Amino acid sequence: MKHLTFAAGVLCATGALAQTPELTVYTYDSFVTEWGPGPQIETAFEATCGCDLKFVTAGDGAALMARIRLEGERTEADVVLGLDTNLTAAARATGLFAPSGVEAEYDLPVDWADDTFVPYDWGYFAFVHKTDLKAVPQDFLELGRSDLKIIIQDPRSSTPGLGLLLWVKAAYGDQAAQVWADLSDNIVTVSKGWSEAYGLFLEGEADMVLSYTTSPAYHIIAESDLTKEAAAFDEGHYMQIEVAARLAASDQPELAQRFLQFITTDAFQSVIPTTNWMYPAVTPEAGLPEGFNDLVEPYKSLLIPEAEAETARDAALVEWLSALSR
Amino acid sequence: MAVRAEPVALWPGLVAAVLVAATMLAALTAVALRAETQLGLAPQDWSAIRFTVVQAALSALFSVALAIPVARALARRSFAGRGVLITLLGAPFILPVIVAVLGLLAVFGRGGWLNAALGVFGLPPLGIYGLHGVVLAHVFFNLPLATRLILQGWQEIPAERFRLAAQLAASSRDVHRLLERPMLLRTAPGVLALVFAICLTSFAVALTLGGGPKATTIELAIYQAFRFDFDLGRATLLSLVQIALTLGAATLALGVSGQAGFGAGLGRVVQRWDAQGAVRKALDAALILLAALFLLTPLAAITASGLQGLAHLPSSVSKACFVSAVVACLSTLVLLALALPIAFAAAKVPLVEHVGLLGLAVSPLVLGAGLFLVINPIASPAGLALPVTALVNALMALPFALRILIPKAREEVRLHARLAATLNMGAGQFFRLILLPRLRPQIGFAAGLAAALSMGDLGVIALFADPETATLPLQIYRLMAAYRMEAAAGAALLLLVMSVGAFWLCDKGGRLAAP
Amino acid sequence: MLRLENARIDNGGFFLDADLTVEPGQRVAVIGPSGAGKSTLLGAIAGFYPLTRGRILWGDSDITYAAPGKRPVAMLFQDGNLFPHLTVAQNAGLGIRSDLRLDAKQKARVDEALARVGLHDLGDRKPAELSGGQQSRAALARVLLQDRPLLLLDEPFAALGPALKAEMLDLVATLATETGAALLMVSHDPTDARRIARQVILVTDGHAAPPAETKALFANPPKALREYLG
Repeated sequence: MKHLTFAAGVLCATGALAQTPELTVYTYDSFVTEWGPGPQIETAFEATCGCDLKFVTAGDGAALMARIRLEGERTEADVVLGLDTNLTAAARATGLFAPSGVEAEYDLPVDWADDTFVPYDWGYFAFVHKTDLKAVPQDFLELGRSDLKIIIQDPRSSTPGLGLLLWVKAAYGDQAAQVWADLSDNIVTVSKGWSEAYGLFLEGEADMVLSYTTSPAYHIIAESDLTKEAAAFDEGHYMQIEVAARLAASDQPELAQRFLQFITTDAFQSVIPTTNWMYPAVTPEAGLPEGFNDLVEPYKSLLIPEAEAETARDAALVEWLSALSR
Repeated sequence: MAVRAEPVALWPGLVAAVLVAATMLAALTAVALRAETQLGLAPQDWSAIRFTVVQAALSALFSVALAIPVARALARRSFAGRGVLITLLGAPFILPVIVAVLGLLAVFGRGGWLNAALGVFGLPPLGIYGLHGVVLAHVFFNLPLATRLILQGWQEIPAERFRLAAQLAASSRDVHRLLERPMLLRTAPGVLALVFAICLTSFAVALTLGGGPKATTIELAIYQAFRFDFDLGRATLLSLVQIALTLGAATLALGVSGQAGFGAGLGRVVQRWDAQGAVRKALDAALILLAALFLLTPLAAITASGLQGLAHLPSSVSKACFVSAVVACLSTLVLLALALPIAFAAAKVPLVEHVGLLGLAVSPLVLGAGLFLVINPIASPAGLALPVTALVNALMALPFALRILIPKAREEVRLHARLAATLNMGAGQFFRLILLPRLRPQIGFAAGLAAALSMGDLGVIALFADPETATLPLQIYRLMAAYRMEAAAGAALLLLVMSVGAFWLCDKGGRLAAP
Repeated sequence: MLRLENARIDNGGFFLDADLTVEPGQRVAVIGPSGAGKSTLLGAIAGFYPLTRGRILWGDSDITYAAPGKRPVAMLFQDGNLFPHLTVAQNAGLGIRSDLRLDAKQKARVDEALARVGLHDLGDRKPAELSGGQQSRAALARVLLQDRPLLLLDEPFAALGPALKAEMLDLVATLATETGAALLMVSHDPTDARRIARQVILVTDGHAAPPAETKALFANPPKALREYLG
């Protein structure tokens, strides 16, 4: 215990409990809900580790990162699960994370050779629409020329919003500003987060919404609703890879390492598709659930390397702001 | 000379006010101290400040300008269901932002009811997104509050004045000039300032209805500084700008208006002899109807989609309801513990009320981060999630509670302090025997507002969240984040009912027990 | 004995000078033109306004700085003499203990006092359920129970009709005689003064004159009183 925790002092009073090592995993909020991956993963890992796995939550990936930064070396976290490829550079720069020591064969569309961050799932950003939409655009230029209405998220407050920013930048480089200028009259509104945008789309406020290629899988599997699909864009689709890492200051380094290794196993990976609605980083032996196989497969995967991401991000944000503020 | 003794102790109020200010100051300082960069604003921050001030000023102007005729209509007409209507009209104010936005857009959005109706008549659809959308949304949130405040002003005009005006055969216009305009000059600036202050910290509403990054508010800039750039210095500075704007507006308003309060006595319609004509009656009826339509149709939309979702509610929602109810109770208790002493102190030293405004002015994100930094070294934030949430919710409700309590507290002290003094009644006895029972309706109203606000507020819990004890608003966000929009709508309806119910219970309780 | 010694009273920028003595058990009317400072004089004695010079003595003790409740004073104001949310018995009971924690014996005293002012069965009523005269009686019952040697009346009966007012003043006079309390009453009606006050303090232009015998004063009024009486 690093803290003089009032509550913990009471809770840990029983001797037997105090003997069990505790692994504290920071993650984003939706991971631990009853319909998220958290509960199943907790049960599965605790069955093998002889430990108590404790989730601590912060809003989303960026909030998680902010919390780790606020806590610094004092953090109680042993493992952080839920950062993504937009955040790894900043996370690495804090110097708070230790090498993972994990060896695995990942089924990612890109090569993954990172000694610190362990990917656990991934997805493509995409515009989701209803299947009755006519003339689905094939790329951003066509979308920009069309009369279609879209809802996107603000890159300053939302992960998909940031993903779209980098998507356009990765696909169009110096022309990105012009693409945004063409898109500006298609954008109904920009929302704070994914939930608002997706909710407004379902209410019929727009023809398309920025989400993931895996979004229709939810509607197919959980609701038997076949009326949503993602549009495949010819430029390729920007990727989000979600990762976990262990903290250098952890008081349970071995347990933390075991958990990171556990992430790459079937017990973890098979839970991901139908709880987190993303592609697993290592395809489970049983394959992907039905519904995932019918999803659009991008022709090309886009991902700006970590080293360039921050510069690209700042420049892209300026372009985005000036194109949409007119 | 300490001869002029009054049976109101200043120190508990001053202690409470210092506690409030110290909490805010500690949070801000904690964040500022962690800043790795120099304090400074980015160029785009200035345009965020400009936009924030413009939208808040317009929102305040329109809210008050519309509230005046509605309040006048409500003040001079009595009809069946008037009390229920006034309670229901308060609902938008206490809704969680995301729920309110969805409800509003279900009516005014591209695919909303309004445009569907326009389509039937072959009219072109109306665009909601833009500055006018931001103002519309803020009017939706704040019109009820403004109406209630101004309605109170009307009801504080003594009935005798209206009798006198009738004696003089004063027309509706004369009554306005003689009685209503002076009252409005006293009341309206305070209401303007309050709505302005509320709109200053708007973020999700402004962005979504504003239609894009031109609707960037200070709060969004803080968000960006905090999570996009991790520039804590800029976040602190922007927070200070918010505080300065809020306090500036409040000082300006107090300077113009003196003290305008909103008590709880809304049940009374003063009999009037002007405005009796059929045309005026019809006009008032139309105004009330329009306001009710404007405010209640989005609620109806929320109810309609919520009813379908009720069947899909997961069991965790009932636990979240319980947690929210506990948080609301705790928040209300904390609020009363702070607001009552501050209100009684402010009855003597009016400036103390400004402290309460900090609750409106400080960015919830910065406050949350600051408290997190203060608490983290001594205790586990998740372990303190409940008390911290209760405290922050109470701080957010404080300015409203003070506005409700202070005028009546001042009145009671004025009326009874001398008698109490000659009876050698101590401050404690005066509080227990006189102030508490006399202020019961106001306390009920303030408690109801605090309970409802904290029921619907996500507050700062993001950093303190304990996964086991999610509140109902958090659970709604979780459901939405998991694609379960129907269940989320059901939970939102539940939240609406709980918020309005909590408000009604406290408000009614205060009035029933009133002597 | 009440003594104001070379006192200058500060009522928010309005000043009243007083240098006078009121004998124990004396009944004194305070008269003078509107705005001359009658209420200021009583307010200072009760402890609501500070002195900028001089002092106030009760017997040998200096009460210049005493809190209102610590002075030998019971006071009836123009209005607001009863708390509207408390019953008549509770209002009267405040005269014994201001925290209202009364024992059986004290409650009996409350009943006695209510009976004495003619409100036997009305103890459970709220003030709003009483007539104006009954409200005055309830306030008097409280004053009776306060049992202070100095009673200050700041025109508490001004809103009553002439007959009722006379009746109340007689009751006050009787009660004061019974308890031996001195009485200081503001009035702008000379007949009130003649009716129950043996002495008169004339307040004019920021100055309170020492008490003079009522009959002598009215028989040979000074210039200020002549102007006031018209």
